[in-house]
Amino acid sequence: MSMIHVTTTVNGDEVEFLCDPRETLLDVLRDRLALTGSKEGCGTGDCGACSVTVDDRLVCSCLMLGAEAEGKSIATVEGIADGEELHPLQTKFIEYAALQCGICTPGILVATKALLEKKPDPTETEVRYWLAGNLCRCTGYDKIIRAVMDTAADLRKAS
Amino acid sequence: MVEVNLWSGLRDFTDGQTTVEVEAQNVGEVLRGLVKAYPQLEPVIDAGVSVAVDGKIIASGLTEPVRPDSEVFLLQQLKGG
Amino acid sequence: MGINEKITSDFKVVGTRPNRPDGVDKVTGRAKFGADAYAPGMLHAAIVRSPHAHARIVKIDTSKAEALKGVKAVVTRADFAEGLTGENWNILENVMASDTALYDGHAVAAVAATSALVARDAAKLVEIEYEQLPHVTDVDKAMAPDAPVIREGAADKSVPEGLHPNVVRYHDSGHGDVEAGFAEADLVIEDHFKTEATHQGYIEPHACLAQLGPDGKGEVWCCTQGHFNVQKVCAALVGTETSQIRVTASEIGGGFGGKTVVFIEPVALALSRKTNRPVKLVMSRSEVFRATGPTASTSMDVKIGMTKDGKITAGKGVFRLQGGAFPGAPMEFTAMCAFAPYALENVHQIGYDVMSNRPKQAAYRAPGSPMAAFAVESVIDELCNQLGLDPIEVRLKNASKQGTKASFGPKFDRIGLVETLEAAMAHPHFSAPLQPGQGRGISCGFWFNHGGETAVSLALSEDGTVALSVGTPDIGGSRASMGQIVAEELGIAYESVRTTIADTATLGYNEISHGSRVTYATGLATIKAARDVVKKLSARAAAKWGIDEEAVIWEDGCAKPAGPNAGEFEPLPLAKIARSMGRTGGPIVGHYEATPEGAGVSFATHIVDAEVDKETGQTKVVRYTVVQDAGKAIHPTYVEGQFQGGAAQGIGWALNEEYIYGEDGRLQNSIFLDYRIPVASDLPMIDTVIVEVPNPGHPYGVRGVGETSICPPLAAIANAVSNAAGVRLRELPMSPPRILEALEQQAAKG
Repeated sequence: MSMIHVTTTVNGDEVEFLCDPRETLLDVLRDRLALTGSKEGCGTGDCGACSVTVDDRLVCSCLMLGAEAEGKSIATVEGIADGEELHPLQTKFIEYAALQCGICTPGILVATKALLEKKPDPTETEVRYWLAGNLCRCTGYDKIIRAVMDTAADLRKAS
Repeated sequence: MVEVNLWSGLRDFTDGQTTVEVEAQNVGEVLRGLVKAYPQLEPVIDAGVSVAVDGKIIASGLTEPVRPDSEVFLLQQLKGG
Repeated sequence: MGINEKITSDFKVVGTRPNRPDGVDKVTGRAKFGADAYAPGMLHAAIVRSPHAHARIVKIDTSKAEALKGVKAVVTRADFAEGLTGENWNILENVMASDTALYDGHAVAAVAATSALVARDAAKLVEIEYEQLPHVTDVDKAMAPDAPVIREGAADKSVPEGLHPNVVRYHDSGHGDVEAGFAEADLVIEDHFKTEATHQGYIEPHACLAQLGPDGKGEVWCCTQGHFNVQKVCAALVGTETSQIRVTASEIGGGFGGKTVVFIEPVALALSRKTNRPVKLVMSRSEVFRATGPTASTSMDVKIGMTKDGKITAGKGVFRLQGGAFPGAPMEFTAMCAFAPYALENVHQIGYDVMSNRPKQAAYRAPGSPMAAFAVESVIDELCNQLGLDPIEVRLKNASKQGTKASFGPKFDRIGLVETLEAAMAHPHFSAPLQPGQGRGISCGFWFNHGGETAVSLALSEDGTVALSVGTPDIGGSRASMGQIVAEELGIAYESVRTTIADTATLGYNEISHGSRVTYATGLATIKAARDVVKKLSARAAAKWGIDEEAVIWEDGCAKPAGPNAGEFEPLPLAKIARSMGRTGGPIVGHYEATPEGAGVSFATHIVDAEVDKETGQTKVVRYTVVQDAGKAIHPTYVEGQFQGGAAQGIGWALNEEYIYGEDGRLQNSIFLDYRIPVASDLPMIDTVIVEVPNPGHPYGVRGVGETSICPPLAAIANAVSNAAGVRLRELPMSPPRILEALEQQAAKG
């Protein structure tokens, strides 16, 4: 089967790759671009561990083909920190112990960052429904929700 | 002599007894004493058992001490998730 | 000298809440989990699995798969060790079927190829001829006289005569005279309960990267709760020597008991041996559900007698656990935990371990205990309702305490059940008013906890910082707790400690991270290793000062003369001793190896409010409070995390989660869309109260906390739902159809 040549932007950098037409964007990110921060928990779009944004839209990268990334701008967990400076969400997640095993954390951070960019003052219910597509089996979500709410409050104060 | 309490499911191997007296100063000797008294207990003990000595549940240590007046219970082996 | 010679209670670092050392790695995507390993020349593997619940494997034809471009090897059972016995045989039989596929999803062959896509294509080209056999997946049906036999001769000698060959182990324990006890009661209630199998549901599927050369030397990188166990099992299954396989535990994306088991590592090793290349094997979610660790499903009968003033006079339970196509369902724990919270003069418990055509059950957080609590605590709740008694007062009246003869035999040492009940009663949640349509449930829960083989090593660096190596994978933030312990003992900054999960070549054997043992046993070993370092540091100071080692004490990170008689010397800080250690006797390393016994059992009390929509049968958990005895919380935030996580998993088990098998014996819900674990919008905040009743078996008083938190929720929620709906729910999960059915049956009865 012949490979497809794709040119795209990932975390601000232009990248090129060849991929099999059946490979998902998640496969490409992990296996071809060595960006293993996005995780495969299900491969069916149910767990959100592979969440990325594509042209600022939150998607499960396991549900999109690598070939569809042509000309798009993709953001992954690896691009959330600004150099050595962590994003406030990242700092708060550590401070609140909003992770135990950490496998869902990349997807949850990508998803919450997308939420706060759209809606800087979400209610707890809105955060819970926004994150309903990101499964966490360790925490019971309590500390995650608190970390998100507190980050949102801090960001509002700062702006 | 130490009195060892067995779970009642083991009665078939001990002529109906649920307590067995053995000469023992540690957990390993308790287990050896049980097998000596009732050889049919050997596969059960080999498959793994825990021993509670005065309320402390010993999952594997054969050298843990046992006194003549210790309360000793044989338990099925403890594992966890 | 015993392990408890120094009991510490005035802590500086223990009990604080520092940031976890692996935090930055985990929020930036840098942390390397099981599937994040790549090696030069690596092949990808895929497993061929049985589509049948029970079938004889007549013929396996691998020729078409092998002919596919990019395929490098196919393995079947013939590529693994022969002549295994006991549990190793069971594990191998589960890892790769021999002549019979025992459940839907049972591995039959595996393929290695140059890409994951080619491996998957090739797996479809492996042609297997099956002869289907009759199957059974329900626990009660598997015990019935006409049930198909999963495997003749699998039963051990404990099983009474006359039972079906699928009943493979039996437990019978208790004391007193239950019939006399029931006769003393003012009210006796007997009920039947069922629970479905649930999956641990870790978000990270099993994954490994393995290499095995013609020299018999192997390497494995994998996500596991116990890499020393992986090493041991792999060596046995591929037929090599344990020490020749080096296993490194990756970061682990959840386990909860499900990653105590070996599934894919021996397969990757066998494929690697055949190709002499590294092989990566990653399960799909569907494979995780079909072929790895669900819990046992249960069928239980519980009978309890109570007097009008709330004294329990007798309790009897019969617990039948289906654990898949292999012996091992944890029915003895179900039986032993069932009545453990209560001081009973008359108690009798019976357990049956039953085989069926389902995947081999694996431990899931306090294996067997949550189901027992569901049955027992439901009956107690019903007794309280019918006798008009307060559910916490009744539990307090009957609660086990120090010196109580436990339902499983021995007397309890210092335990904290009463303290959890009192804290629950004092919590505002317990007295908060309920809204219409809501019900409140409470439940106690019990788990044994475990110690286990442990080895740690603690090396000083020249700059006075410390590298701690432990052999228990960090499944819930244990590296933070271990760092705190080292900082506490040595009197240095928490940040000056780096804790690593060392590979199998670096430390002595470490038992799996299970049984809530890590903070207890690895923590105890870390304390002892740090005290070993202190002894060595003190010896260096003594030598420098020309005084006896016994005349040196360690305080605030410095060696000091013990008193005026020892002489006048400036305190020597750790960093100063470390700087010159190469010239004063060589590197300073502390270590400790032991099997600590004295884990200390643990109890919890949960309170939950649930709202039931009688139109749809939908249940919403509106408020939840966990009260649990932690002995001593090293890092309270992560203790709370364990409490909350256990409660959330319990909520899923109680309300949504279940294995659904079709008439054909195939699993019908093998993806997260259909096997629905709680999502953020399903849950309320989960309040926590940490009770600290010190465990006499640990220098700080630590008790394990990871597992007990899942024991009460099933019952607490069932009691809340039953009180809200006005009808007793006796089967889990309490999904909307079940609740509607219960309401309809009650309406029909009038």
